[in-house]
Amino acid sequence: MNHDAYDDNYIRSILNNVKSIAMVGASPVNVRPSYFAFKYLAQRGYDMIPVNPGHVGKELMGKPFVASLADIGRPIDMIDIFRNSSHIMPVVEEALKLSPPPKVIWMQLGARDDAAAEKAEAAGLKVVMNRCPKIEYGRLSSEISWMGVNSRTLSSKRAPIPTQGMRLSLNRTSFGGGQTAASDRAAKNKTETT
Amino acid sequence: MTDRLPGFSTLAVHAGAQPDPTTGARATPIYQTTSFVFNDADHAASLFGLQAFGNIYTRIGNPTNAVLEERVAALEGGTAALAVASGHAAQLVVLQQLLKPGDEIIAARKLYGGSINQFTHAFKAFGWNVAWADPDEIESFERAVTPHTKAIFIESIANPAGSITDIEAIAAVARKAGVPLIVDNTLASPYLIKPIDHGADIVVHSLTKFLGGHGNSLGGIIVDAGTFDWSKDNKYPMLSEPRPEYHGIRIQETFGNFAFAIACRVLGLRDLGPALSPFNAFMILTGIETLPLRMQKHCDNAKAVAEFLSTHPAVSAVNYAGLPGDRYNALQRKYAPKGAGAVFTFSLKGGYDAGVNLVSNLKLFSHLANVGDTRSLVIHPASTTHSQLDDAAKVKSGAAPEVVRLSIGIEDKEDLIADLDQALRA
Ligand SMILES: Cc1ncc(COP(=O)(O)O)c(C=O)c1O
Repeated sequence: MNHDAYDDNYIRSILNNVKSIAMVGASPVNVRPSYFAFKYLAQRGYDMIPVNPGHVGKELMGKPFVASLADIGRPIDMIDIFRNSSHIMPVVEEALKLSPPPKVIWMQLGARDDAAAEKAEAAGLKVVMNRCPKIEYGRLSSEISWMGVNSRTLSSKRAPIPTQGMRLSLNRTSFGGGQTAASDRAAKNKTETT
Repeated sequence: MTDRLPGFSTLAVHAGAQPDPTTGARATPIYQTTSFVFNDADHAASLFGLQAFGNIYTRIGNPTNAVLEERVAALEGGTAALAVASGHAAQLVVLQQLLKPGDEIIAARKLYGGSINQFTHAFKAFGWNVAWADPDEIESFERAVTPHTKAIFIESIANPAGSITDIEAIAAVARKAGVPLIVDNTLASPYLIKPIDHGADIVVHSLTKFLGGHGNSLGGIIVDAGTFDWSKDNKYPMLSEPRPEYHGIRIQETFGNFAFAIACRVLGLRDLGPALSPFNAFMILTGIETLPLRMQKHCDNAKAVAEFLSTHPAVSAVNYAGLPGDRYNALQRKYAPKGAGAVFTFSLKGGYDAGVNLVSNLKLFSHLANVGDTRSLVIHPASTTHSQLDDAAKVKSGAAPEVVRLSIGIEDKEDLIADLDQALRA
């Protein structure tokens, strides 16, 4: 798996197949990116579970916080990790101990841990790093185009009207593999300077 | 099936434009409405809080304008774009995100005269200072960098003389200084030059010119390359710090590699207000569909006209980067191999009076202050746009008394040459 540039079909198949998502590091504060993503994905019909030991006893959009993945107590399809790169590995190790394990590990925009990704992939899980599922969902459904964002997709078919629980339409041509030349260059510049 | 990058002409026709979800309309509808209904109170709150994607009010966004934004973002290879009322509005909104009073921008001396005015007078009144540098001498950009520098601004092909800028060399200066490079790509259009491929972090356009292309609609656009890290120090608080306008959201943290376009929309356009009319967006979108065809014809015609003028007995000099002997020819072959654009200047042996006469004797060329129209255009800067300057200042700004500027249209080149020939002889 090339974690620098994902094919849209890879991202699309993940977002179309998972139903439940545990968000590790979810925040109840309504200006945090994790809150935005949680709310958006819940409104798109995903079964969302907020995981954050600091907020047990509270709810996020009516869903009670749990302290750890083990506390969820039922199978989950995907774990969306809203933590810095340095905190990814323990979450992945915890996820791999679940029975059954999740199908997908997703690390948020800005988060990347190649060793953790390798471990998860060796156990048969799919991995996405340094992406936001809200942005990817909005991009592949063309909803994000309302914000002038380059969805890097084309279609001659009627656009779907975004509704609760809608699934991504597959009748779009994708290009750019979830990356633009520009963001490639940004990533390169970053590695050069660090 | 793996992803496949469509060609430029395919993007020019299709990018951003899916058939309308409710009616199936194939051409992009003109959503001539000020506002959009919310599904319920929570939907409204989500939209206002930037938690959901969607439409609120046309000053902040409009579905017709959004198609234009996605299309230009795709053509430029950017992550997102924001359309505004004019090229000048685009420059204002960009710099509002980057500069506080006392900050500085380094700008190329060779710029559209209106931009020189905007930077020198209007922006100075905001406390935004400009340091001018010479695009023909890259070191002058390096020398101009100070701790207050927040951005570098250049034109890819510079108005009025059509000179070509060494974008990569200036991008290297910007990267070393830790500031974004802003490129005004109006005269090249992404058909000729894609500045992001050469290191630009932000691209702006006057859509009024070649992108709209028909001289009928004003517009401007800002393209976010998604390349700049706004949060690595405290230099760009509009993007990196919690925004009181939105209860403490940090724009870059929330929107990642299209944060700059979002900041321009929700902090710039929302509060400054220069929104593009959806009708103009529609006209410009229609223009963009034929951009590759028009731009090639503009360039081919311009080259033929420049060649004709360069051998004409009444002409003392032609500045066109597409001519083999031109000082910008090497840069043109590197940055704009398909053509040197269609805006250039030439000098008349007969001086000021010959310039005035030429303009009044032309029958097909229109005498007006615009460029990038289907029609061929002419202006004699010394007697019009630059008439308030003294002779020394005219020469310095490329508007010497004997200089005439052309913007070559897409008519038949034989007719353009014949018109110039009769006017030069008259
Ligand atoms: C290179 C360039 N940039 C910006 C502008 C300003 O654009 P507008 O007239 O759309 O405000 C112009 C207009 O002539 C231009 O030629």
